[in-house]
Amino acid sequence: MIEFNNVTKKYSVGTQALKGVSMQIEDGEFCFLVGPSGSGKSTIIKLITGELKPTSGSVHVNGYSLERIRKREIPYLRRTVGVVFQDFRLIDNMTVYDNVAFAMRVVGAKNQEIKDRVPYVLDLVGLETKSRRHPSELSGGEQQRLAIARALVNNPSTIIADEPTGNLDPARSFEIMTLLQEINNLGTTMLVVTHEKDLVEQFTNRVITINDGLISSDRMDGHYEYENQ
Amino acid sequence: MKINNLGYLLKEGFRGIFLHGFMSFAAIFVTVACLLIVGSFSVLMYNVNIMVEELNQTNEVMVYIDETLSESDARSIGTKINLIENVQMSTFKNREQALEEFIADHQGDEAFNGVEAEDLRHRFVVTLMDNSQMEKTVAEINQIEGVAKITAAYELAEGFSTLQKILQIVSIIVIAGLLVVSLVIISNTVKISVYDRRDEIAIMKMVGATNGFIRLPFVVEGFSLGMLGASIAFGLEWLLYDVLVKQIETMDSLQMFQFVPFQQLLIPMIATFAATGFFVGVLGSWSSIRKFMNV
Ligand SMILES: Nc1ncnc2c1ncn2[C@@H]1O[C@H](COP(=O)(O)OP(=O)(O)OP(=O)(O)O)[C@@H](O)[C@H]1O
Ligand SMILES: [Mg+2]
Repeated sequence: MIEFNNVTKKYSVGTQALKGVSMQIEDGEFCFLVGPSGSGKSTIIKLITGELKPTSGSVHVNGYSLERIRKREIPYLRRTVGVVFQDFRLIDNMTVYDNVAFAMRVVGAKNQEIKDRVPYVLDLVGLETKSRRHPSELSGGEQQRLAIARALVNNPSTIIADEPTGNLDPARSFEIMTLLQEINNLGTTMLVVTHEKDLVEQFTNRVITINDGLISSDRMDGHYEYENQ
Repeated sequence: MKINNLGYLLKEGFRGIFLHGFMSFAAIFVTVACLLIVGSFSVLMYNVNIMVEELNQTNEVMVYIDETLSESDARSIGTKINLIENVQMSTFKNREQALEEFIADHQGDEAFNGVEAEDLRHRFVVTLMDNSQMEKTVAEINQIEGVAKITAAYELAEGFSTLQKILQIVSIIVIAGLLVVSLVIISNTVKISVYDRRDEIAIMKMVGATNGFIRLPFVVEGFSLGMLGASIAFGLEWLLYDVLVKQIETMDSLQMFQFVPFQQLLIPMIATFAATGFFVGVLGSWSSIRKFMNV
């Protein structure tokens, strides 16, 4: 579960990125986070992953209180939250298989677990036949699938995606969003930041709209509204 | 740490070394050079310390007592001598003992045949704690009533003590300076490794690897560089020492210098080199990762 209570965030240079955000995302939910550029979406994600601390208010993520989390607990928080970015962030000198296995290895998984789990996850995202390729030998959509596989492999209860379709054409975007929906159907909480109005409306999930550091609407009907205001 | 991780960490650590072959070579080379100089200064200091110690034992101050004093009066001056700060020990010798030694020293020398005990003075053989202070201490002993004359070899004693002190100071400066140089070089080598792999580090942080886990391959890399440098330097030092000592011992003008065989230095040298290699390697890598850890 993700819970924000009256959260503000002021960057050291003085930008007030969040001005009092309260929201609650239950386990198993699929939630879009939309809003204009600079409204504070990425800031919210960084607060969830413990990259930033709130200036005031409280942030609870999967049982951790982020406003007072200790540095050495952060890795354990992050194992409960898989993250997918617009720019994929893959390691090109590793194969597709190793990119995913790497994420397991560095949190101390056993070799046998890795051998069992990686093919399963690659199969889930549709990359089972490309496990020996390198990321540069994949299309943009495939690279994003790989990034999703990596976010998924340690079985986090939550996946957060910051504009996961920003670099993809509409058809690829739809495929990626469908994949995220399928993963959500398997029980993973999903928070997806996006600019793509059409996609949001196609998927009719909960939509939280943020405007200038404040939540301006929170609807359950897939309605994408900030451009109308 | 689970055993299958250990394999991974070692592999990653060594990968760094080969990936940056030239930098690693440079780091090892500099570490070897530094340790060689550090080691040479250490063994030199060790040998000079031993020489000075031996010199202290042979370098005695003779304090002759006024011949008008009786033996028991002369003997009582010993307590006053012992009160002087720099005095380590004083041994009393009466005329008869002095004569015996005199005869033993000048056996077969006709010129001294007629010497009697009455012609000699009672005396104290005094050893000092710090020979570089000999002149000052002798002056103090001279103040004591009943002391007639003092003989002492200032130059040799003070010369050696001064040499020892200068050597100590220079050694400490050189050793400290070179350790810092090795540290910086290893740290920079590992920094390149860290920089090369900053994307991997960012991903490790993102998926929840602990700082210790992220750091370890780099510490292994720094440790290996330090230890490799230390081992090479140790071998070279041994070789160099044996060659040099043999050279010095065959030179007549340097007969007064006595060197201990390297075997006698083996354990302290191994300990010093290993500790330095470890310290330089681990600390160097540790410091270079720190700022990349706050992601
Ligand atoms: N590291 C930072 N230091 C200072 N100000 C920052 C920093 N990161 C973001 N900001 C500011 O905080 C505000 C919110 O930024 P944020 O990245 O959360 O926006 P966003 O909603 O993700 O925008 P976009 O849709 O363009 O990604 C912006 O005004 C931005 O300039
Ligand atoms: Mg953003």
